[in-house]
Amino acid sequence: MDTMIEAKGLKRTYKARGKSVEAVRGIDLTVTKGEIVGFLGPNGAGKTTTLKMLCTLLEPTGGSATVAGSDLRADPVGVRRKIGYVSQAGSTSPESKAGEEIMSHAELYGIDRATAKQRGLKLLADLDLNDVWDRNCGSLSGGQKRRLDIVMGLIHEPKLVFLDEPSTGLDPQSRANLWNHIRSLRDQLGTTVFLTTHYMDEADSLSDRILIIDNGTIVAEGTPAALKKRVSGDAITLTLRHEEDARKAAEIAATLEGADKPATEAHVVRLHVPDGGRALPVLLAELTRAGIDAIGVDVNRPTLDDVFLTLTGRSLRD
Amino acid sequence: MTFFRDTWSIFARSMRQSLRQPMWVAIGLMQPILYLTLFGPLLQRIAATSGFEGDAWQVFVPGLLVQLGIFGGLFVGFGIIAEWRSGVIERQLVTPASRNSIITGRALRDVVVIVVQATVLVGCAFLMGLRIPLGALLIGLVLVALLGAAFSFISNAIGIATKSEDVLAPMVNTLALPILLLSGILLPMSIAPEWLQIVSNFNPFKHIVEALRAVFLGDFGNPIVWIGLGIAILLVVLGSWIGARTVAAQTR
Repeated sequence: MDTMIEAKGLKRTYKARGKSVEAVRGIDLTVTKGEIVGFLGPNGAGKTTTLKMLCTLLEPTGGSATVAGSDLRADPVGVRRKIGYVSQAGSTSPESKAGEEIMSHAELYGIDRATAKQRGLKLLADLDLNDVWDRNCGSLSGGQKRRLDIVMGLIHEPKLVFLDEPSTGLDPQSRANLWNHIRSLRDQLGTTVFLTTHYMDEADSLSDRILIIDNGTIVAEGTPAALKKRVSGDAITLTLRHEEDARKAAEIAATLEGADKPATEAHVVRLHVPDGGRALPVLLAELTRAGIDAIGVDVNRPTLDDVFLTLTGRSLRD
Repeated sequence: MTFFRDTWSIFARSMRQSLRQPMWVAIGLMQPILYLTLFGPLLQRIAATSGFEGDAWQVFVPGLLVQLGIFGGLFVGFGIIAEWRSGVIERQLVTPASRNSIITGRALRDVVVIVVQATVLVGCAFLMGLRIPLGALLIGLVLVALLGAAFSFISNAIGIATKSEDVLAPMVNTLALPILLLSGILLPMSIAPEWLQIVSNFNPFKHIVEALRAVFLGDFGNPIVWIGLGIAILLVVLGSWIGARTVAAQTR
């Protein structure tokens, strides 16, 4: 079996004002070759800290890891040679030309100029950035800049790429476009991708497997489909005219296929069903037959908040 | 050696950025040129007072050169904070490049910029009447380069450690003022009252200024020349050690 990342008990403790703060409390994880793994968690959960430890940007205070075949502690330079890292902070100076930044970055890997230029142009073309070689990085749009960061991260043809919050701050169209590019990294180059995100839809759309981190520990792990099952599907919120209707509506809703126990609060009823799109027409028809008039209805796909609520028993906003 | 290759690469990239914005080099030159044209003529009147050796330019220009080396280096930390913010530093740290090269390459760029500024400054002083031996000019440029390197390392180290302009600015000012006042950069310390002379003896930069003044007067054999050069070299060693440690501490 080809293991790309194997971490055991990875830990990071900070010293802040004399107190020690555990940012990451001992993480075990395995990533196999060719996988796209999503590392999902709220801001401050320890995602970026874990990622930086795996990228040699932060020394772990405990535990061990093998990344791309090299030991993190004993041979950090070996790890650096084989991994690519795309930070959420960017990678280029606004005043520099994109091509210069690519060439300069390649030099630090000992790649000769001809090879660097050839690879850089090819990668730019692959990521739909054909005419940016001579442009200032500061003049690129957010989406172009993020793709340029990815080109930089791939210039030494790493087998493993770390992407930190790749789509933060991008508009929906650039996001979708970026996701396609990330998928093709794996599909066309066979690159293993490890990405962090706090967006459920991003983790869902991209990952073969998701690791959920909270408070410095991994609380759940599985394929997007398996995790969503644990969240028990889509949330339906019914608003009725008065509490009497709400009580009756809750009884009817409870009979839906796969529904959980509806929660009634004044004249609002909330419940979860495996597939909201299919359940909704049935529910509305049943309500009409019982003479109940719903004045509002919402269907929500599971969000990170729902995943969290189910896994940790508390909301993200708490 | 990967250190030299990486340092060259980081230097070349930084140099390219500086060449793209020659305005900053010009702005850095403004201060010493203003001193030269607006303060220098004043000095010529005072030069007749006791304690002054040589003409006003031979006393004043060494001070300005030392000032250029110190201040030219001290302010570069703002640049590295901007680079950190745009992700460039982290991007370089994640490569197999030598840690040390990341700060040394930048310091070399600063040295080149400062030496160019120093050459322009001496050229202007020549037009205004400064006459010194060629050896003095060379030693002057070497001293400025050493000072620039030392302060570039220190400023970049503070910048990369604090990552905040709001912290760097007061630190630079706090460092700069006593160095300036106690080094006899503007006026030679030999005309100061005795207590001030004693205090200034503890300021290493005073000895560097005096070394350069001796050289400008053609007094190459004066032991102060070696003391000044020795102090400057020591400062570079200290600065590069602090710089290297700070970069390495980034991943700790």
